[in-house]
This record gives sequence, C-alpha cells and structure tokens, in this order.
Amino acid sequence: MTLNQYLYCCLGIVKREVFRFFQQRSRLFSALVRPLLWLIVFAAGFRAALGVSIMEPYGTYITYQEYIIPGLCCMIVLFNGMQSSLSMVYDREMGSMKVLLMSPLPLPFLLFCKLIAIAFLSLMQVYVFLLCAQLVDVDISLLGYLTAAPAVFLIAFFLGALGLLLSSLIKQLENFAGVMNFVIFPMFFLSSALYPLWKMQEASIWIYWLCQYNPFTYCVELLRFALFGQLNLSAFSVILSATVITAVLALISFSPKFSQQR
Amino acid sequence: MGIVTNNLSFAYGKKKALNNINLSLANGFNILLGPNGAGKSTLFSLLTGLTQTVNGTIEINGDKLSDNKSKIMSQMGVVFQQSTLDLDLSVKQNLLYYAALHGIAPKKALVNIDIILAQLSLTERLHDKVRTLNGGHRRRVEIARALIHQPKVLLLDEATVGLDVESRLLIISYVRNLCTQRDICVLWTTHLMDEVESTDQLIIINKGEIQAQDQSSKLCEQYQVTDVYQLYFALTQNTEAV
Repeated sequence: MTLNQYLYCCLGIVKREVFRFFQQRSRLFSALVRPLLWLIVFAAGFRAALGVSIMEPYGTYITYQEYIIPGLCCMIVLFNGMQSSLSMVYDREMGSMKVLLMSPLPLPFLLFCKLIAIAFLSLMQVYVFLLCAQLVDVDISLLGYLTAAPAVFLIAFFLGALGLLLSSLIKQLENFAGVMNFVIFPMFFLSSALYPLWKMQEASIWIYWLCQYNPFTYCVELLRFALFGQLNLSAFSVILSATVITAVLALISFSPKFSQQR
Repeated sequence: MGIVTNNLSFAYGKKKALNNINLSLANGFNILLGPNGAGKSTLFSLLTGLTQTVNGTIEINGDKLSDNKSKIMSQMGVVFQQSTLDLDLSVKQNLLYYAALHGIAPKKALVNIDIILAQLSLTERLHDKVRTLNGGHRRRVEIARALIHQPKVLLLDEATVGLDVESRLLIISYVRNLCTQRDICVLWTTHLMDEVESTDQLIIINKGEIQAQDQSSKLCEQYQVTDVYQLYFALTQNTEAV
C-alpha cells in the first residue's frame, strides 16, 4: 500500500462523513439550534442573575454570553463526537461496518481517519456557531478564530475517541442512548462550561473537585484561552495526554462484532 | 489458485457451526448450496475475515488469510446477504467511498464505476439516493461496489434473496459472464436450487459439513439422480430449499 492510497482512503472517509452530515438535515439543524438556544435564551436569563468578575484570559468584565461561548462550542463538539460514535454502533448493527472491515488498509488507520472526520465535522459546526454568535454581540478577534481551530480539532479528536471507546463497550444501539445520558450531561454540567470553577467552589467543594477532575473542564479552558489567542498550557497538556490515552484504548478495544453473530 | 480451506472448523460456544471443512475452489462459478442454518454464512464470515479463524486454514489465491489479510482483501470483492449500502448517500457516493477504502483515486474509481454501472444498466441512477432504489437496483449497486477494485475473488452471500425473477436472472447471468470474461473465482452462496447449472462447481453443505463437492452434472451422475433437486434432498434430507 502506498502513501497515496492511505491519503485517498482518509479523504474518502472524511468526505463520506461530511456527505452524511449534510444529508441528515435534522442533525445539522439541531447541532446549531441547541447551542444557540443556550446562548440566546439561557444566557439572557443568567446574565441578569450572574455576574462574572475579571478572570483569565478576559482583560475586563465580560457578559455571561461571552463567558459561555467556549462551553457551548465544546458542547457542540461533545454532541458531535458522541453522535458520530452512535453512528458507529448503528453501522455495526445495520451491517455497514462490514464495508469498512473489507478494506485492505489496517483497521486502526481506518478508525483514526474516522476520528479525523469527526473532528473536521465538529470544527465546521463550531465555526458556523461562532459566526451566528456574532449576532448576539459576542466579539471574537480574527486571531481568536485562527487559534481556536487547532484547539477545537484536538478537543474534537479527544471527544470522538471517547465516543469510539464507549461504542466499543456497548453491544446494542438501545444501550448507547442510555449511556449518552450518563456521559454527555455529567460531562457538560460538571465543568467550567456554564460557571467559573471558583463559583462552583463557593457553592460546593465536592462538585468543585468533580469539575476539576473532569477532562471536559480542560477542553473548555483550552478553547477559552485559544479564542483569545493564548495557550493554556496545563489544559493543553491534560487534553493531549487524555487524547492519546483515550485514542489508544479506543483503537485497542474496538470490536467489530455484529449482533447477528451468536 | 482460488479458495482453499483446510480442516476448517468453527463453533459458537459449544455449538459446532462448521466441522472440518476442506474446500478447493478453482477460478469459475462455484455454488455453495445448503439449507438455512447449514453453516453457509459462518463459512462466508470466515472467508471474508470478519470472523477470525481459530481451527484450520484459509488460502485465497495461494496466500494464507491469517498472514496476508491486507493483500487478500485488496483482491476480494464481497456482496453480503444483508444490504450494507448507506441509504442516505447517492449511488456514486457509496461507490466512491468503497473505492477510497481500497485506496483508489477518485478519478480512476469513476472510470471503473462508469463501466460497471453501464454493464449493470445503472448509469442513470448514479446520482440517485440509495434509499430511492428498489431491492433489485440496490443489489446491483452492491455488486458494482464489489467490482470497483477489480477483484480476483468474488464472494456473494445469498445475493438474490428477496428479489423478483427478472432481477435474479439479470444478476446471476451478469456474474456468470463476469466469471468467464475475467477468469475470476466466484463463490455464490444460495439455498435456491434453480440457480445451479449443470456445469457449475457445486458444494453442498449441511449441518456444518460438506456433503458433496464436484461439478453439478457429475454429482448427479455419481448419486444416480436426475437433477439438483433430487441430489440436494438425497444429501440433506431437507425439503426447505426450493
């Protein structure tokens, strides 16, 4: 197998995921509506109730809308990562996974390409969301747009790998939906996506510690700094390590077993 | 060359699905005939590498499947019993995706796709979503997909099940022609006896064991029966197949 063949294969997998995404209009619609609802409705209410004091990387007092932008971007990535993994379980149930397994290219490479495709889709959705967010006076500099891209890509790769790992552990499609509720919501709410950690600490010390150990917190903080053209080194280190570990575990534990097999 | 299995056995837990299967399939049209639950799909799953071989060996065109899976997969085309097309994508997108999985450049793949779809009278459906195609057309797309990378071995698992007579005839005659034109090894799995011709290499499987393996007409002669129906009933004592 030549390098070109690997490249064609990777591009083919990415294209397929993009085509599928645009064919599933409801998925595209909900991917944008969900965070926009949070931004416009939820944040408007909380803006009045909550004040966010000066904290890094912000140089001045910021509105609540501005504060939750990185969290909502990560929410998009989290949902996309989990939904794409859900599609792996669906593919396995429906038999389409067999097509992937008939490739002469190594399975870990194919799964790696799948993760790249998931990350690329997440990146597209985040940028569409950020453009929409401009309408509610959330300003992001051009530099912020540029530096956010690698951060989103890394986060998306991590969350995609996490989804892939979960999909390997789940035997049936029905079980996956249940597990999602125990993964997506705790990950999102027990993080700095909606409230700064120091506010969590004031409210409950054990919730604060749960947030501290939640890798999603580091995803949010990595992106928060990246949107300001800065690198949060500790968040970057945590996410990079978590990505490597999760991706390796996902690739090792991936089992293409089909439900019709006895 | 073709497909060779040596002492191939497989069990689901304690239940034996295949017992000591020794096959030797040369290039040409080979039919694997057996009732439901005979072990055809298990054998198919082992031959395609979807299920790992534990006991026995499989050789495809002289290469051991366990040692050269990548090489073998690049030479193997497969049509599964259950449809594996992506319903939300068009025919073209499905075919290009498969070509990409085999590392074929889109330009080259499109040339192959045009030729194969023309042969299968599907050119006009190139941009249609698979969801809008009928069962016969979907099957033809799956066959086209299995041929994009010009395989030397083609495996089809009950490829005509659920199709009307016209579609069945079109598909089986296309694969037979392909076999002659390209000199490839085709393994056609079925439980429909009317798909067997006297010149076909016939393998009858029942309860996980090969009951007979030779040219269809020779087997009829050997067992002193007049047709495949009688041969099948004599070897399997099964009246399920038609």
